[in-house]
Amino acid sequence: MADSVFISRHIERAENVARFLDVNSSLTMGDGSSLQDQWSPLVFTTGDQSFFDEKYGVANRSNVIQFLAFDQEYDNSIISCVSRARENARTVREVFPVAIWEQLNKFYLMVVAAEKEKDSLTELSEFCDRIKLASSTIIGLIYSTMSHGEPWHFARMGRLLERADKTSRIVDVQYFLLLPRPQDIGSTLDVVRWSALLRSASALEMYRREHGRIMPSRVAEFLLLSRDFPRSAHHCLIAIQDSLLRITGTERGTFQLRSEQLIGRLRSEFDYTSINDIISKGMHQFIDHLQTQLNEIGAAVHDDFFTNPQARTASQQQSQ
Amino acid sequence: MFSDGYQQNDGYDELLQADGVPRAHSRRFVSRLRSISDEEIQRRQRTAEASLFNLGITFTVYGHEQGTEKIWPFDLVPRIVEAKEWNRIRKGLEQRVRALNYFIDDIYNEQKIIKDGVVPEDLIRTAKTYRQQLQGFHPPQGVWCHISGVDLVRHSDGTVYVLEDNCRCPSGVSYVLENRELMKRTFSQVFEGMSVLPVEDYPERLLDTLLSCASTKTEHPTAVLLTPGVYNSAYFEHTFLAQQMGVELVQGPDLIVEGDFVYKCTTHGLQRVDVIYRRIDDDFLDPQVFREDSVLGVPGIMDVYRKGNVTLANAPGSGIADDKAIYAYVPEIIRYYMSEDAILSNVPTYVCSKPEDCDYVLSHLDELVVKPTNESGGYGILMGPTASQAERDECAAAIRDNPRNYIAQPMLQLSTVPTMVQGELCPRHVDLRPFVLCGKDIFVMPGGLTRVALREGSMVVNSSQGGGSKDTWVLRFEERDSCRRRIFRLCPIRFNPPKKKVIRQCLVEWRIRFSSADILNALKM
Repeated sequence: MADSVFISRHIERAENVARFLDVNSSLTMGDGSSLQDQWSPLVFTTGDQSFFDEKYGVANRSNVIQFLAFDQEYDNSIISCVSRARENARTVREVFPVAIWEQLNKFYLMVVAAEKEKDSLTELSEFCDRIKLASSTIIGLIYSTMSHGEPWHFARMGRLLERADKTSRIVDVQYFLLLPRPQDIGSTLDVVRWSALLRSASALEMYRREHGRIMPSRVAEFLLLSRDFPRSAHHCLIAIQDSLLRITGTERGTFQLRSEQLIGRLRSEFDYTSINDIISKGMHQFIDHLQTQLNEIGAAVHDDFFTNPQARTASQQQSQ
Repeated sequence: MFSDGYQQNDGYDELLQADGVPRAHSRRFVSRLRSISDEEIQRRQRTAEASLFNLGITFTVYGHEQGTEKIWPFDLVPRIVEAKEWNRIRKGLEQRVRALNYFIDDIYNEQKIIKDGVVPEDLIRTAKTYRQQLQGFHPPQGVWCHISGVDLVRHSDGTVYVLEDNCRCPSGVSYVLENRELMKRTFSQVFEGMSVLPVEDYPERLLDTLLSCASTKTEHPTAVLLTPGVYNSAYFEHTFLAQQMGVELVQGPDLIVEGDFVYKCTTHGLQRVDVIYRRIDDDFLDPQVFREDSVLGVPGIMDVYRKGNVTLANAPGSGIADDKAIYAYVPEIIRYYMSEDAILSNVPTYVCSKPEDCDYVLSHLDELVVKPTNESGGYGILMGPTASQAERDECAAAIRDNPRNYIAQPMLQLSTVPTMVQGELCPRHVDLRPFVLCGKDIFVMPGGLTRVALREGSMVVNSSQGGGSKDTWVLRFEERDSCRRRIFRLCPIRFNPPKKKVIRQCLVEWRIRFSSADILNALKM
């Protein structure tokens, strides 16, 4: 069952990386300026700066693409994520309908082939499109062909833990880079870059429908606090809690397991937080806290269900 | 790669000089292009076309029987505009749109320009696009033409001329945005090392312009886009812009007038609408005021409009500035309102309502292009030099019958841009339609829609008549200059060059925005 958490988590991660690459590549095209500055924020976003610096040094286009898409030594590259998802799936093939396994396998073979062809450097957006499509297909298949029982809920939790983390990282890294400096007040916002920020969370069109003009605090609000937008951190937390409580059968507002306690606390914090609170307390601190909590929730889920035999029995009893 | 057509090309090509050597500003691009194999370019071209099909980027040709949707051909080789030249064009467009806005406002109010004898009253009174009903009206923020598309062409003498102004519902901007996206997706190799101004912020600017002209003093005005519906030739653009701005796309029946306001129907009842970006003609806007048989409009909307409770963009009546006979007077209009000479030239124009011009036109039909004063889309145009005698006779009769309805211009030799035709790059004629937004400020989108006549020798670029389109690249000023300017602007000392220490201080705060190479360049100066 742990594997269904990881499968969907890794697929989600691969998809997010593809989206970052795609948006950044489109943003830097025709920019003409030094490429280094344009690609290094992408490496910051991963949080694995030191690994990159040691292995690659310069953050130019081809290095960053190689690192994020094809580096088999780097755990979070697209190819590593997809191949791990496939490994996980191999061990639990009986849980999934054949179509999902087949799709996952095709996904893996596609990435391996793309790595060999090396065309992906020049046709990056085509490559990224294929990743996004493959991921959407798997999500769609899981949603529509798998019973919405325990494995399904675990898979959903895995995906959304990852998604909440990635969306918040985008806000964390990009927000300060794009915010007008105090001495620059009154100048126009760099709309192209703000739009790119939204696009890297596939949020541009939905943001527009909700808020229209781009305003930094609204953008942060949308990506962190929207209840309805499926990639916002808040939406993810709501769904994570929902899935967890479906598995354990615990009543909302109460807890028996550590994971229930942590997600419940974090979710209600989000329920009653406004963007002004976040800004006045400090965006970075807030997001840092979110990410620490997400990690703890991930670890707690693991402890509660997959390592601690007592907890496992408890959950089985409850679900019966 | 470049076809034989380029060896005997006596016109003006945007990318290459007469001797086939790339122009200075396109040198980098052409050498990039040459580094890519012919097969690869053709493969990219096919990918781009496939993308257009997949994305369903289509337009409708009226009168076509089978399948109303057509793909508008896209060509991979961009038109490249040099930074300095663009700067001049941009200023010229700002000046022109500002002047036209003053002009429309004056025509519907004091008519000083008529009283001072600059524009003949007769011309205004007889213009089909003049709206008597708007006499005495002041639109919110004084803006009449919020969105205009000004068609530019370059003649073989190298001069850029304004061919016509479009102040009603100019379309094509969605193709500009889609073409750029398509270029980036399918032909990313050519962008390497190029420094092109982005166009992607247009929807935001458009929304900004619309909302800044909201009439009512609400904190959060609501805008909608009013479309005539799915059968309109520009319906794709309507949906595209509505989606990109995040505003509701509505049709006439979705809006109702109640009391003194316009509302849209929602699942939670009526919601007030403050700004309507309408993509339907004046004629169909309000059956109570204009055409009675219109089912596309909103009955009573003009009433609300005149009370100042809703903004229509563009304002009804703005079409007066589109009239091709008025066009001939634009240089004088600019001089009249702005006390400066027009930066962009007009094509010399014979206005047939002037008897002496009319005589000249009738006796020189075989050299001139005759245009109806109030048509768009290239309909009703006579290309004198290529027309048959019968066509010319027919046109002469029409001019004699109603001279007010016609103008004539010398035949221009439009500039060319290399265009992919059966695997080779051939010279094909182009025009350019930049888009200008006029709200509190004027904003000119860098570049615009480059339309290309795909038939050899043809000068007709209209989508309805076998034209295609290209991406338009406005190059940035060389990095050195622009970096210096940006840094100097940030420094507290305005007129004396800042000391190095001050620059360094600014740079510490700005290091995120500039690379170290930029900084070095700036310090060297």
